[in-house]
Amino acid sequence: MSRDLSRRTKLVLYGVLLVLAIPFVFPTWWMVTSSLKPVADIFAFPPQLLPVHPQLDAYQRVFELQPFGRQYLNSLYIALVVTVGTLAVSALSGYAFARIRFRGQNVLFLVVLAGLLIPSEVTIVPLFQMFFKLGLIDTHWPLILVPILGAPSVLATFIMRQFFISLPGELEEAARVDGLGRFATFWKVALPLSRPALGAVGIFTFLHSWNLYLEPIVFLSTPEKFTLPQALTQFVDAYGGPMWNVQLAAASLTALPVLVVFVIAQKQFVEGLAHTGLKG
Amino acid sequence: MSQTDIRVGGAPAPPTPGQASRPWWTSRRRDQLAGYLFIAPQLLGSLLFVFLPLGLVVWYSLHEWNVLAGTFDFVGADNYTALADDPNLGSVLRATGLFSVGLVVFNLALALLLAVLLNQKLRGTIVFRTIFFSPVVVSLVAWTIVWGFLLQDNGGVNGLLDTIGVDGPNWLRGEGSAMLSVIVVQVFKNVGLNMVLFLAALQGVPAELYEAAEVDGASRMRQFWRITVPLISPTILLTSIITVVGSLQVFAQIAVLTQGGPGTSTTVLVYYLYQQAFQFHHFGYGATLSILLFGIVLALTVLQWQMRKRWVFHES
Repeated sequence: MSRDLSRRTKLVLYGVLLVLAIPFVFPTWWMVTSSLKPVADIFAFPPQLLPVHPQLDAYQRVFELQPFGRQYLNSLYIALVVTVGTLAVSALSGYAFARIRFRGQNVLFLVVLAGLLIPSEVTIVPLFQMFFKLGLIDTHWPLILVPILGAPSVLATFIMRQFFISLPGELEEAARVDGLGRFATFWKVALPLSRPALGAVGIFTFLHSWNLYLEPIVFLSTPEKFTLPQALTQFVDAYGGPMWNVQLAAASLTALPVLVVFVIAQKQFVEGLAHTGLKG
Repeated sequence: MSQTDIRVGGAPAPPTPGQASRPWWTSRRRDQLAGYLFIAPQLLGSLLFVFLPLGLVVWYSLHEWNVLAGTFDFVGADNYTALADDPNLGSVLRATGLFSVGLVVFNLALALLLAVLLNQKLRGTIVFRTIFFSPVVVSLVAWTIVWGFLLQDNGGVNGLLDTIGVDGPNWLRGEGSAMLSVIVVQVFKNVGLNMVLFLAALQGVPAELYEAAEVDGASRMRQFWRITVPLISPTILLTSIITVVGSLQVFAQIAVLTQGGPGTSTTVLVYYLYQQAFQFHHFGYGATLSILLFGIVLALTVLQWQMRKRWVFHES
């Protein structure tokens, strides 16, 4: 569809794109600017697109009201462990399903793939009970083990498998002829070639863990152990009403670092996603 | 294992007949073992955290189980009868259906529109692509909180509407507008994912097809429906499956924006399940609702997979 366009068409297109961009940009802008406003100005009319009395009080309150630094660390370390773990599990099994021939391979692949039809929401009740029996309620273990080994990693395995299938096999065969074992072939030859797929899977695994909400509120009860999404909803006044500017300050602290990384590395994010097996 | 099996497995040519004793521990067997070891973490993980809990869900659903009262009694199909008689069931299913249909329609339509716009020969499309994709990386709860703030009666959306002379409703307090709000918030959050997948598919459509259609005098609209849509139909199928299954899992947005209200107008199935199991401590009934959720996911996936045969133009 990429044909040369007349000047008028181009102007119209830019106009449409700019209007469409508003609901994507305005919320983030409004979140950050409102977090810098005193409570009295938050619902001022007409809306203040820039804070008239900018201040950082809300940011100070975020750390006074909750162990927010600790909660930030919880989310970050859980997401990192889940990402590394998922990459290890899914690269290994994705590689085996794509490259190694073993008995029952197709059946086992279907068994693993069936996990895609069983989201964690379906199994949350027994998962709670299982971790309760193991004495792991109000610990981070469920938030780490379930994503790495359960349903969420199945999609990662599928993407890794598709990617390994698309790789030309000659290099690996050469390595095998040179006497490298399976693991060495995987580790030294196949894995370095799969960096784009690992990047895409890594990014989306990180975001998935970073966004989890149902699991933390089911499994965790101590504020020191909370993750960010759970902590964000706790900035309420004595009547249960949200303390808007504090909540928005905490939301800004949660969202902005990831947004900055995204803008810097947007090419890897977007193209990595489009070109790894998920392409359909 | 017979040699025929080995050949089926795609092994190197079997040894010439007549070769006397062949060692049992061959490199072929060693490789098979490597295969099993490589998939072991995933397979054991699936058994432990997917299939065992799925079996337990079935078992629990046959029990009257109140955690607070400490009761766990086998009641057969009672929970399923209770489900059929549940006065909330109709409203929960309607909310779930409305949300899923609304989300899929808005999401796919907007994603396709954005992808087509970004596929034009224009400068700066990368900037717009980055903008449309950016909410995908914003923390879900942070994004939802901001929209909850924007959608207050005296919030940013109504403030903006007011400046152009429109008197907006109290979005999260009206039954219809609450559902619409939850859908729209979710569409803007994740439409960038489908947009990127569509964009990749559009770039794979050969330009000669459009040139030929142009020569034949086909209008742009006609070209879109007759060339573009059929050629990207595999991607449309993929994105609709992902979006439908994702829409059934919606939870955080409901919990933060509406808590299922007003009334039960936005109480979707997962939220109802959470309420029953973890707020009212009816684990047995929660398990029964889980089975219902699983059944719906399964049925929809099978249905869409069947539709592939009729609708999808080709398989890549």
